[in-house]
Amino acid sequence: MLLNTQDISRIARLARIELSDAENAATCDQLNGILGFIEQLQAVDTTGVEPMAHAVDVVQRLRPDVATEIDRREAFQAISPDVEAGLFLVPKVIE
Amino acid sequence: MNREAQWEVVIGLETHAQLQTKSKIFSGASTAFGAEPNRQACAVDIALPGVLPVLNREAVVCAIKFGLAVDAAIAPRSIFARKNYFYPDLPKGYQISQFEIPVVLGGGLAIRVGETEKFVHLTRAHLEEDAGKSLHEDFHGKTGIDLNRAGTPLLEIVTEPDMCSSAEAVAYAKALHSLVTWIGICDGNMQEGSFRCDANVSVRRPGAPLGTRREIKNLNSFRFLQQAIDYEIQWQINEIEEGRKIQQATVLFDPDTGETRSMRSKEDAHDYRYFPDPDLLPLEITPAWIAEVKAGLPELPQAMQQRLQAEFGLSPYDAAVLTAQRAVADFFQKTVALVGTAQAKLVANWLQGEVSARLNREERDMADAPISPEQLAGLIARVADNTISNNIAKKVFDALWNGEGGDQANAADQIIEKQGLKQITDSGAIEKIIDEVLAANQKSVEEFRAGKEKAFNALVGQAMKATKGKANPQQVNDLLKLKLGS
Repeated sequence: MLLNTQDISRIARLARIELSDAENAATCDQLNGILGFIEQLQAVDTTGVEPMAHAVDVVQRLRPDVATEIDRREAFQAISPDVEAGLFLVPKVIE
Repeated sequence: MNREAQWEVVIGLETHAQLQTKSKIFSGASTAFGAEPNRQACAVDIALPGVLPVLNREAVVCAIKFGLAVDAAIAPRSIFARKNYFYPDLPKGYQISQFEIPVVLGGGLAIRVGETEKFVHLTRAHLEEDAGKSLHEDFHGKTGIDLNRAGTPLLEIVTEPDMCSSAEAVAYAKALHSLVTWIGICDGNMQEGSFRCDANVSVRRPGAPLGTRREIKNLNSFRFLQQAIDYEIQWQINEIEEGRKIQQATVLFDPDTGETRSMRSKEDAHDYRYFPDPDLLPLEITPAWIAEVKAGLPELPQAMQQRLQAEFGLSPYDAAVLTAQRAVADFFQKTVALVGTAQAKLVANWLQGEVSARLNREERDMADAPISPEQLAGLIARVADNTISNNIAKKVFDALWNGEGGDQANAADQIIEKQGLKQITDSGAIEKIIDEVLAANQKSVEEFRAGKEKAFNALVGQAMKATKGKANPQQVNDLLKLKLGS
């Protein structure tokens, strides 16, 4: 499967990344290169091999259900560009 | 032919049940409701760089409980995935959810609409984290973000498109609500958003392929669910009948206008680019763990319904009503244990009658009813042993409810004693009253003798009135008949 520059524009928009035409072309080449590697991998016969969801074959460690975190709002909001009444303020979003 | 009959409605529901854990699904921040904004949002929840999620064991236990309760398959190994989209109340830029392999697969719920029973199949249920809250009130043209809710554990429960009316959708939602609160995984508080539904609705001509669906988001009451679906069905039928095509869309329901309106086009919205979250390893659930959770599950509503019918001879209807809420079922069982199995039907009648009516009128839950099983048992015992009549019992019940008998178990006895409500069963006393009534109501007596049946009832009424309702109605009837020689 090969990507074209339209695909790249769409992926960039979904990722909220702005690309110039030159960057788009370069990204397109790079991504297609990666897809080329994947095509090689796909040539391997994996019949009967269970797909792995993670590179390491171990399972998730679980945490007991205890509230351990303390309130650090002041520290977190000290590094935020805009706050009011305990809220983080962001440019207006209305759907 | 009416219009509805020319269309088939297809509905599937996705429900987000907030799980009753003390801490968040991937962090140790508290999930308590009502904190000041951002006081319960830790570094993981606000997605500071370098943080890592660690899964809450209890959230998984909740999912296992649910899977067992709906007779579903529980995945021995399930996977967390990132669902990617941008919104300011989602600080990571993705929601951790499950995609390809959810923790719960299949299963289903029996629902009842009127006399009809139906089985609604579940597709899946998966664990995920909630997002924060956006407040669009005016902050100088900006939006305020509260991340307290971010990371709250949710179980998203997805049905097959098995429902074909708003009534069925509501019946399913109620059955599900009852079940998740019954097994104690969700507090079911809809106002606080602990249980919210998205409805996928489409219409088609009978036999035609499935129509294009629109998804109504975030319905947080059963009434809104019903109103939104009914509006949406009519809207879609109108569109199609007027020659327009339905576009797949996400819509919001406006309770003020009773209408649904489009929220966003689906062009980008469904391109979530799911992929396995490399921060989380596969979740393993062993048969031993499932067995352990199963051992801790309460008796489930369906099983209890069967047992109540077998043990106490209740009708399927009574059994279903009594097991619609765990608190009601518990109340019933405690009361019957006190007053005796022979009175089970009477207890069921009281719970479905007076108790339920009072709760509804006062918009209260069984859990905070001002009357205890001990008190109700005390009252029913006096009805059963003929100390008071049913009518008087209602009076005593009102007094109990208003706390007049105090909170003792023998409150009913105290009220009966204090207000002198004991039924008069001494036939001599009743005879005397009847004689007086007959003497004072010669006209009714003559009417009765002339064949007017109604006059008899009037005389019974007079006699009951003369005893302030304390006479045994059956005894009054019998004695009166005797006196009138009929």
